[in-house]
Amino acid sequence: MHPETFVQAFVDIHDVTHVYAGAEDGAPAVEHMTLKVREGEFAAIVGPSGCGKSTVMKLATGLQFPAKGTVIVGGEEVTKPVKLAGMAFQNPVMLPWRTTLDNLLLPLEIVEPHRSRLRRHKAEYVARAEHLLAEVGLAGQGSKFPWQLSGGMQQRASLCRSLIHGPKLLMLDEPFGALDAFTREELWCIIRDLHAEQGFTVILVTHDLREAVFLADRVFCMSARPGRIIAEREVDLPRPRDLEVMYTAAFTDIVHELRGHIADARQAA
Amino acid sequence: MTHAKRRRRAILAAAPWVFTLGFFLIWELLVRATGTSTFVLPAPSLIAEALWQFRGPLSLHSFHTAWMTFAGFALAVVFGLLLGMALGASRLVHAGSYPLLVGFNAIPKVAVVPILVIWFGVGWLPPVLTAFLISFFPIVVNVATGLATIEPETEDVLRALGASKRDIIVKVGIPRAMPYFFGSLKVAITLAFVGSVIAEYNASNFGVGNLMARASADFNVPLLFAALIALAVLGVIMYAATAIVEKRMTGWAQRSQMASA
Ligand SMILES: Nc1ncnc2c1ncn2[C@@H]1O[C@H](COP(=O)(O)OP(=O)(O)O)[C@@H](O)[C@H]1O
Ligand SMILES: [Mg+2]
Repeated sequence: MHPETFVQAFVDIHDVTHVYAGAEDGAPAVEHMTLKVREGEFAAIVGPSGCGKSTVMKLATGLQFPAKGTVIVGGEEVTKPVKLAGMAFQNPVMLPWRTTLDNLLLPLEIVEPHRSRLRRHKAEYVARAEHLLAEVGLAGQGSKFPWQLSGGMQQRASLCRSLIHGPKLLMLDEPFGALDAFTREELWCIIRDLHAEQGFTVILVTHDLREAVFLADRVFCMSARPGRIIAEREVDLPRPRDLEVMYTAAFTDIVHELRGHIADARQAA
Repeated sequence: MTHAKRRRRAILAAAPWVFTLGFFLIWELLVRATGTSTFVLPAPSLIAEALWQFRGPLSLHSFHTAWMTFAGFALAVVFGLLLGMALGASRLVHAGSYPLLVGFNAIPKVAVVPILVIWFGVGWLPPVLTAFLISFFPIVVNVATGLATIEPETEDVLRALGASKRDIIVKVGIPRAMPYFFGSLKVAITLAFVGSVIAEYNASNFGVGNLMARASADFNVPLLFAALIALAVLGVIMYAATAIVEKRMTGWAQRSQMASA
């Protein structure tokens, strides 16, 4: 038995099979899926397109409930949307009628206790939002509307929004997928630093193996649909990691190994 | 700016005036050259004369028609917003009432006027109600569409935070539906105008529609045309007013046009 099975997992997806209500063929999106992520850990999920990566996100946040198996987050079985999560997607989905700052404050208008405090402590929350904006390199851009920002800037803002309420779990669904290579690397470093500083748990879905290995403590490989975990690889590269680490042999070996798993998964499909 | 550019711009600015004047000039010349009877097509000069001669009743009746249109339109806005929200927010209401709505919208509203006359007699109610009936549908459809087409990811972000259905409608649905709503107003006001004029023509003692009915009975063709001009002016004013409201209320949704302008 692995030693980590004794440590309580923060996100514990156990033998989950999920079928979407709207699926025409009734085929499951994920099947016998088991995955454990410890508190504070940075986990990455990689796998071929359509294998159910986003489905895992929805299961872990309580946006979907499994037909079979259990999902436990923060010690509680997920039976309704979990409130301790922040999410960011490939599409930044900012509300165009709100300024960037007001977009950031949106989660606070939903989540307690901020919801009832927001009006009276507005200044404190605005300061928090501005601090976050500065951390992702968007200092002073809060008054702009999202459509006045570039795609990369919107994605940074979306990252801030997912963190504003201090979530214990950050869910990132291919958030860097639509960005150019340089912006992507910049954002890798930003999310790496935020994770190191605030210590939340991250689950990152990506199809970029280098991204996964650079950022994560643990990488899960999924099979083609119906998705299952076919490999789990601990990334033992020392932290803090510099972008330079991607040109080392140790790094390349891990990427190469993961690539093998994905290739097998695609072959089997 | 170069000289040629400035000249081209001046020509472009003058074009609408030149074309409009040219249109009426050709009309005038054709009528005179062919000796067309006033009962068929009066010359613009004659129409202008009629406009001046009947300026009192024309403006009075136009004012009344504007009122009828506006009252029906206001009803349509209130009702359309409420029904649109119910339709957009609840799949049950949507599924249940959509066939009814479509069926109702398929009825040419002119056909409803006789029923309205039986119910309410001749007066101000038939024009207001016709304007209302004819114009609420586009508002309902647009508001419902705006609400029902929230991006699933936006919804996921909010639901994962524990947002209730009501939260999502208030924070996202309604603001998002506003451009659809204001966009539908331009269509709705035009339709309401059609409705009130038709009902006035058939079932009222007042308004431009009624003025036309009487002018038509008297074979006063120049007055008929003068009334048409009054309607055109009224229509343009109402359309422009809603377009301005739309622009002011939903600037964020028109960013693409603003950028390309
Ligand atoms: N709402 C839904 N209804 C029905 N089927 C869905 C739904 N969402 C996703 N699926 C299906 O489930 C499978 C996994 O989807 P998804 O988790 O989005 O894949 P990935 O994120 O790995 O690309 C896909 O085959 C997709 O077609
Ligand atoms: Mg996906």
